[in-house]
Amino acid sequence: MLRIDRSIYDKIVAHARRDHPDEACGIVAGPEGTDRPERFVEMTNAERSPTFYRFDSLEQLKVWREMDDRDEEPVVIYHSHTATEAYPSRTDVSYASEPGAHYVIVSTREPDTVEFRSYRIIDGQITEEPVEITEAREAR
Amino acid sequence: MAIEVRIPTILRNLTGDAKVVEGSGATIGELFADLDRRYPGIEERLVEDGKLRRFVNVYLNDEDVRFVGGLEAKLKDGDDVTVLPAVAGGNH
Repeated sequence: MLRIDRSIYDKIVAHARRDHPDEACGIVAGPEGTDRPERFVEMTNAERSPTFYRFDSLEQLKVWREMDDRDEEPVVIYHSHTATEAYPSRTDVSYASEPGAHYVIVSTREPDTVEFRSYRIIDGQITEEPVEITEAREAR
Repeated sequence: MAIEVRIPTILRNLTGDAKVVEGSGATIGELFADLDRRYPGIEERLVEDGKLRRFVNVYLNDEDVRFVGGLEAKLKDGDDVTVLPAVAGGNH
């Protein structure tokens, strides 16, 4: 199961809507080993395409180093599908390279309906999982 | 000549879970061949038909090696190399 804070969920959906009809992508980092998506990081889709996404390679290096320095990992890796359902494509499966991550797909094909689904993709196997949206915690 | 190489999670099964390994070589290509002698199988995960695999990012210090010569990129002592799987996909 993916548990995600409402504020982060809203940011992912807003990013997907804003970049439509191109695919949007990014990550939510969290402390290593906790499975808690806490730090939202929007990434540039270097392909700027309605059918494909790829993180910009230099931006990815910067963000991955930041996570290393903070003892974080990519808890969520998200992208949008702009004309099809929020289900991993063959391309998504063949490039999935973070076995520990929740792969979130948002479909923006319907302007008024949000499709937000989460998967584990391990060794080519797709497993959908429930998404629980948690309401904002007290400020720490 | 020692080069530090950072290994991504998905390849750590080949390095005995090591996050950072050391190797040597005058170029990125030679470095990967050297690593393969100690971590068999790693080279074919990085190289295909004599070229860097399309969905693997390799960085020499702060540069994407694709922009500085690919497998021919020259190394010097103290350089560090980072390997990251590209994050990519799409709906086709």
